[in-house]
Amino acid sequence: MAQLKAGTRLKSSVCATEVMVIAAPDNEVAVTCGGAAMVGMKDDPISGATLEAGGEPPKMGKRYVNEEGSLELLCTKPGEGSLAVGGTAMAIKGAKPLPASD
Amino acid sequence: MNVMMLLEMAATTFEDRVAIKNGKETLTYGELFAAAGAAAEKIKASDARRLAVLDVSTLAIPIGLFAAGCAGVPFVPLNYRLTKEEVEKLIARITPAYLITDAARTDELAKLDGTQVIATGDFVKAAREGKAETSWPMDPEDVAVLLFTSGTTGAPKAAVLRQKHLVSYILGSVEFAGAGEDDSTLVCVPPYHVAGMAAILSSVYAGRRIIQLANFKADEWIRLVREEKVTNAFVVPTMLTRVIEALEGEDSANMPSLRAISYGGGKMPLSVITKAMKLFPETDFTNAYGLTETSSTIAVLGPDDHREAASSDDPKIQRRLVSVGRPLPTLELEIRDDEGKVLGAGQRGEIYVRGEQVSGEYEGKGSLLDKEGWFPTRDAGSIDEGGYLFIEGRADDVIVRGGENMSPGEIEDVMLEHEAVADAAVVGIPDEQWGEAVAAAVVLKEGQSVSVEALQAFVKEHLRSSRVPQVIKFNKELPYNETGKLLRRVVKAELSGKA
Repeated sequence: MAQLKAGTRLKSSVCATEVMVIAAPDNEVAVTCGGAAMVGMKDDPISGATLEAGGEPPKMGKRYVNEEGSLELLCTKPGEGSLAVGGTAMAIKGAKPLPASD
Repeated sequence: MNVMMLLEMAATTFEDRVAIKNGKETLTYGELFAAAGAAAEKIKASDARRLAVLDVSTLAIPIGLFAAGCAGVPFVPLNYRLTKEEVEKLIARITPAYLITDAARTDELAKLDGTQVIATGDFVKAAREGKAETSWPMDPEDVAVLLFTSGTTGAPKAAVLRQKHLVSYILGSVEFAGAGEDDSTLVCVPPYHVAGMAAILSSVYAGRRIIQLANFKADEWIRLVREEKVTNAFVVPTMLTRVIEALEGEDSANMPSLRAISYGGGKMPLSVITKAMKLFPETDFTNAYGLTETSSTIAVLGPDDHREAASSDDPKIQRRLVSVGRPLPTLELEIRDDEGKVLGAGQRGEIYVRGEQVSGEYEGKGSLLDKEGWFPTRDAGSIDEGGYLFIEGRADDVIVRGGENMSPGEIEDVMLEHEAVADAAVVGIPDEQWGEAVAAAVVLKEGQSVSVEALQAFVKEHLRSSRVPQVIKFNKELPYNETGKLLRRVVKAELSGKA
């Protein structure tokens, strides 16, 4: 469990995935990728963790939200593990296509 | 959050794609990322607290924008059209600064206190040749860009755009890697305009090649679109007017590559957009409305809206062609009266906006956001039943005649409908009897004429008599700044006899 804040970058312990926190809830959350806890960019990956199969791997540039919509992550590097919070898979945030305006 | 992260994502996804082209010079995404990182090291090694650029659009602009983010200092693009005195005053407000400028100005500017000056060409060369292990701060509160507002009234204010504002704007409005391999956008707005900054960030995140045109000329714009097979372009209304004039006599624009034109920065005359849509029948038009303080666009009138309005028989729908469309889904927008009460459809008031991209902050003045996060734009407007926003001048432009408030925009719109009128500006001038009187400066179409009395009668046919201009003066042209903003105070001074 960790208290996250906007702008923080996290990396997967079991694959290449990296994310940036866009929005974070006030309470501590447990973000996992491929079943293992995600860690800070300078932290050591969780030792002994193995990639858990299943779920959709995150796609570059896509945003992922938890069920309440309080946590939002941006995939800044894709990998194989899927994103989850407290064991529940995060959902891709629907794109709102807008015409290029500038 | 940091704009450098947006560039890193683009650089890892399409490293070898061309990001920026200026004349014969190009930078790929990989090269731009490396150059920004290398330039950031130079800035970090100096004692500069700002990275400023005083020059036209060159490769130094995108390198500088990202390098500043990487170094954790604000990027400050300065208006190169200002006088020497004006420039020196602005520089004094941003020192100690690392200042990139054209070779002709380096010696002079190096004499100023607190500046470390480098010529644009040298900056770009050093950045391209440099090597750096790149890392950058991710604090969302870091200031990304300081933009001096055009100061159409009084001294320029420095609008503060933080990393969180710009990154939110891009994430909320641009699809990552949404552009195709051959997509390109022609950027001819100056770097010191918020649209110039937004164009770089949007294009980089979408993966769309930027083609820079430093000094807009219609012929050059047309040549570049045809030669480079440009797919997207952003223009201010005066630029579109010039392009249409340059195509005079042609049945079609003959620019088949140009899929989309977006425009903003000032009011688009109905006659210009109508003509443009005829000349470019296959091109998608988008009107973007935004402010410096809102990190660019907050409302868009999209291509479908344009076509629906242009082909409709319903005057209410037709009228939407001069609207700025609907607010972005990522933010909230309200029209309020002087007491702060939220107004309903069709009622005119001040435009308020709230959202993550909205800064509303000026250096030294703090934030203008209220407790709930709403920003008073000082723009006047109304929203119709369909949610379309109409801009009706600045809230400060309201003319108060004998206690009656009136908007110059509604009078101008009527005058522009007269067949002899090419352009019109309406202002309030001091009047002993009424407090303010309505006055208009009018530009006639070539070869056309109309008397003051006939024009007054024309306005009276459409509006209440209190709105008929008491004074009408015919001018050769109206004063606009280079980004298409009408300089109302100049018109006012002239019509008040103070110019």
